[in-house]
Amino acid sequence: MLEAHGLECTRGERTLFRGLSFSVAPAQLLHLGGANGAGKTSLLRILCGLLSPARGEIRWNGRPIAAIREEYAAKLLYIGHANALKDELTALENLQVGGTLAGRRCTREAAIGALGELGVGRCAHLPVRALSQGQRRRVSLARLALGARNAEAINDENAARLWILDEPFAALDTAAVVHLENLIGAHVAGGGIVVLTTHQPLAVVATGMFRIELEYDTEASQ
Amino acid sequence: MNPFTCIVRRDLLLAFRRRSDVFNTLVFFIIVVSLFPLGVGPEPNQLRAMAPGVIWVAALLASMLALNRLFAADFADGTLEQMALSPEPLFLLVVAKVLAHWLVAGLPLVLIAPVLGIQFDMSVDAILVMMLALALGTPVLSLIGAVGAALTLGVRGGGVLVALLVLPLYIPVLVFGAGAVVATGAGVSAQAHLLLIGASLVLSLVLSPWATAMALRISLE
Repeated sequence: MLEAHGLECTRGERTLFRGLSFSVAPAQLLHLGGANGAGKTSLLRILCGLLSPARGEIRWNGRPIAAIREEYAAKLLYIGHANALKDELTALENLQVGGTLAGRRCTREAAIGALGELGVGRCAHLPVRALSQGQRRRVSLARLALGARNAEAINDENAARLWILDEPFAALDTAAVVHLENLIGAHVAGGGIVVLTTHQPLAVVATGMFRIELEYDTEASQ
Repeated sequence: MNPFTCIVRRDLLLAFRRRSDVFNTLVFFIIVVSLFPLGVGPEPNQLRAMAPGVIWVAALLASMLALNRLFAADFADGTLEQMALSPEPLFLLVVAKVLAHWLVAGLPLVLIAPVLGIQFDMSVDAILVMMLALALGTPVLSLIGAVGAALTLGVRGGGVLVALLVLPLYIPVLVFGAGAVVATGAGVSAQAHLLLIGASLVLSLVLSPWATAMALRISLE
């Protein structure tokens, strides 16, 4: 259970939002909406613990995330704006580093399987420099598939329960969008939590889906 | 593979695939040191007297030159965020990164130093002590530099700022490092100097990764 209590976020002079509270239970998906600059990415970074809110706090299973950072990190998978890929490394090497950093066992076979699942299996041994923008995004998103695979393999103990995705559909083609929606749907159906931002209409088949719209509030900045 | 070895391996692999970056530091070091005998003239006593200082100053500048590579790329492509979100403590990952950085930017300086020492007509004893002092001292430079690099991440004109931040902390290493070699040249034991460098290595090994991790979290906000 992920809870936000009375969040307030200030960037520079501007207050992006204040008094924001919500909770996301297992098997729920939170879709954050809002105009550019409304603070969606800032909210996601606050939820991860990368950014500290001006006021309020985030709790995971009732405990503030600042106090249980490592435990929380083991349950969290964050895919931000940036793909976190190294141009000089191959797609496979990148994914293995990403998986290992996230504290998950990451065999070569599992990584190749995850890349294949995202449709970039053929690029596994190419340096990321040679890939297109959409392919890079797919390689980055393969970490989700890797997490899902591990969840099956090692019985949920160590798997990420919470996915925080910043514009995961950006730069993807229609086939990849459908596949990613299925992946997210399966994660939610399996009792996971997903928080994501996107400007595309979301066709994920998930029962526990709800939406929060961040308003670009000119009043709040005064 | 655990995250620590994974990061060391990754950074070494990246350095190997971006070789020109690595050679920059080394070539800078060699050029600076080699120019001095040419500029000052071939008087052996004079060269012997200035060798420790010249080599240490060049090593210090070379390692400072390499500092901005330490976190900048990871910061730009988002990998640093992933490190901050890893279940592994951030200071351990920092140690891994600094270790890889030293292997690439510091160790080559230690290994090439004897060859450069010959240019200055240094005695075998002095060269050995210099290698030992560099081997103990360059990791201190990398560790202290990491704090400065982390603090100035994403700051425009960060290069100059790093220099201002870390140079005062580099000076003791420079004084004792060059002092060890001078002492050997004068026939005195270099033990005291080496012990002091060793002590600063231990101290920075304890404090710097922790401070760097804090600075990185601030820079990421």
